[in-house]
Amino acid sequence: MQTVSVEQSVAMIPDGATLMIGGFMAVGTPERVIDEIVRQKKRDLTLIANDTAVPGRGVGKIIGAKLARKIIVSHIGLNPETQRQMMAGELEVELTPQGTLVECIRAGGYGLGGILTPTGLGTTVEDRKQKVEVNGKSYLLEAALRANFALVQAFLADYLGNLSYALTARNFNPVMAMAGDTVIVSADNIVPVGVISPDHVVTPAPIVDYLISNS
Amino acid sequence: MEPQVVIARRIAQELSEGMLVNLGIGIPTLVAKYVPKDIHVFFQSENGLIGTGAPPEEGMMHPTLTDAGGRPVTALPGASTFDSAMSFGLIRGGHVDLTVLGGLQVDQEGYLANWMIPGKMVPGMGGAMDLVTGAKRVIVAMQHTAKGVTKIVRKCRLPVTSLRPIEMVVTEMAVIAFRNGRAMLVETAPGVSAAQVVAATEAELTVSGQVPVMAL
Repeated sequence: MQTVSVEQSVAMIPDGATLMIGGFMAVGTPERVIDEIVRQKKRDLTLIANDTAVPGRGVGKIIGAKLARKIIVSHIGLNPETQRQMMAGELEVELTPQGTLVECIRAGGYGLGGILTPTGLGTTVEDRKQKVEVNGKSYLLEAALRANFALVQAFLADYLGNLSYALTARNFNPVMAMAGDTVIVSADNIVPVGVISPDHVVTPAPIVDYLISNS
Repeated sequence: MEPQVVIARRIAQELSEGMLVNLGIGIPTLVAKYVPKDIHVFFQSENGLIGTGAPPEEGMMHPTLTDAGGRPVTALPGASTFDSAMSFGLIRGGHVDLTVLGGLQVDQEGYLANWMIPGKMVPGMGGAMDLVTGAKRVIVAMQHTAKGVTKIVRKCRLPVTSLRPIEMVVTEMAVIAFRNGRAMLVETAPGVSAAQVVAATEAELTVSGQVPVMAL
């Protein structure tokens, strides 16, 4: 694990990268990393996130700055700008059931090729997807998801990079931390090793590549 | 009584001790207000919380304690938090005893459409498809009609949310249960006749004998 400034962390991200961004309606989203992505104008991004929050918050900032080419999300209903860009053909939007989305990310991080889920059968979600029968039940085959970078927000990070999360800010963060080729973490608090007891570490230190230092 | 209150109070009667319940946004959220005093149920927010409580007092909100709509909530004693994979494992894995969701259309076989209106509203399904597919029991809370047009139809014209039929729909006019592909009129709201319900419903309703009135 290496400690970097927020500027350095974002400088590593090339235009056209695929990013997983933690958070749920911007709760548990690494806002300062997003602010820096917007400042450095990283373009043609593919975003994998639960939602696009609201304009001016979380992932909504990247949408507002028109820096995304494609998004894979479960919900865009509270961000009219996302809907406008989608309708205008400026942004490709792949809507995925939330449970399928998180489980495909989990599969990506856990070395699996995909998952079999009953969710989406008989709906528009099953278009062009393979159906698989197991023990007499039908499932959709949904491919695993990975990203070039996972952008994670933790509550506590210790000096080695062990992470724990707070309340509903956990959401997609620990799952995405497993599925990014490079894992960049922003933490509410950086604490000495030992403050997070082994039982309370949710994301173990070796998973984290970069921890953003306090400025 | 306001239509939403009729619906929420009637659905609250379906709760029992120890249930794990997921409430959708809108009328379903109101159900939490009418939990019978003598029972304890666990409410799940799919963003990663069991033990969701009422909104906090002004000035007491925490930025990382929110419901699935991103609104501040409280966590009751005995609450637990977890990541989204576990949250949907709870839902899809059949650990959620009951989900109460809003609806755009329900048809006579119990299929629900509640996530999009082609060409008009494409918000994304969020957790709706997983909830309808995975919860042990699905109850839809919605008004019987929208702008005078029935929402309980023969066959959903809007894209369905799941191939899994719901168990029950509760409106301000009636309780309708779905069994073996048929819609049964189970109860009417106070002051509403079975004939009025049938007239306000496009789906074919099975009405047997004297239909009981909701005990609110």
